[in-house]
Amino acid sequence: MPLQSDPNLIAGIESAEDAGVYKLSDDLAIIQTLDFFTPIVDDPYIFGQVAAVNSLSDVYAMGGNPITAMNIVCFPINKMDIEILQQVLLGGLDKMREAEVILVGGHSVEDNELKYGLSVTGVVHPEKVLLNRGARVGDKLILTKPLGTGIINTALKGEMADDDLVAKSTECMLTLNKKAAELMTEFPDIHACTDVTGFGFLGHACEMVEGSNVGMLIHSSSVPYFQEIQELVEMGIVPGGLHRNREFRMHMIEVGADCPGWMVDILFDPQTAGGLLFSLPAQQAEELLQKMHKEGIEEAAIVGEVVSEPKSKIVVE
Amino acid sequence: MVEIDVRGFGCPIPVVKTKKAIEKNPNEQITVLVETTVSKENVSRLAESKKYSVQVEETAGNEYRILLNPPGK
Repeated sequence: MPLQSDPNLIAGIESAEDAGVYKLSDDLAIIQTLDFFTPIVDDPYIFGQVAAVNSLSDVYAMGGNPITAMNIVCFPINKMDIEILQQVLLGGLDKMREAEVILVGGHSVEDNELKYGLSVTGVVHPEKVLLNRGARVGDKLILTKPLGTGIINTALKGEMADDDLVAKSTECMLTLNKKAAELMTEFPDIHACTDVTGFGFLGHACEMVEGSNVGMLIHSSSVPYFQEIQELVEMGIVPGGLHRNREFRMHMIEVGADCPGWMVDILFDPQTAGGLLFSLPAQQAEELLQKMHKEGIEEAAIVGEVVSEPKSKIVVE
Repeated sequence: MVEIDVRGFGCPIPVVKTKKAIEKNPNEQITVLVETTVSKENVSRLAESKKYSVQVEETAGNEYRILLNPPGK
């Protein structure tokens, strides 16, 4: 597909960014993103909320502030009770309220299965856009949410998930990245940022180093995850997307002898409404992490560092 | 010998069905028919976690026949 160019385009289709960014003036850029998907939980109200959290996250991952959103709805009107759709939309709206985002419209089409998501518009100062690339040697990497929602959603489908575990995972998916993003704006030296979603932690980390002059060293024992999922992974309760993520990116990964196979799988688990992953100078990372813990982002952790060698690769130890 | 056919099912159903077959037929050899590498991998893992020995045969049409032998057999 031929790409277009424009002097005001900050992040376009070519850069595999979390959202598009276009400069409107010297002090204002617009962020645009959309995301929608099929239900990953049975409860329509929760599904609506999770879909909204997931869609809004891309704006936070660009360093921006979401301001308006539009609903994207596919619904089997002849097969499904309209009440279900109302619950989905209510869930989405409640999360938009929490994020202080205004719903300004939307579009619905009839489809064989329910799908829901948002198109979100945000704003950011053109010089404060956070791109996937830009991590510098010596930076530390912070991840703000635990991993494992994809594995838990798979276990849920097979009726093999423990209620407590599902409750914890749901709470995680319902948490906006708003607070984390706000705390990050207090630190001007964040060099790169993304959110961890369908490609899994290592898939998105690969996007941060691919073709660059830096690599990453990940301390797998520091990466937050839902403890109970080790057993699920060892039993083969593993989403297909996880296997695909691993196959797609494994050539960029070096796994040390101390990192078990099940942990590598968790690091590739596709996340729904996952956390932010970003890099900043080591000293600031410690300070920001403490602030995050104090503000209730308790699972946030320093999970690794940016290194000069091997370039464009990730070593997991 | 017990044989189950989980072709056409997405994850995690092949694993769930294999697990049920193992629980219902302990000490028996179980054959599982799967059609994707993802199911092959996941079903093999389940069996290995239960200490079964696993033998995979690729059949015509890129499908797999997985032979699961209980521990000690």
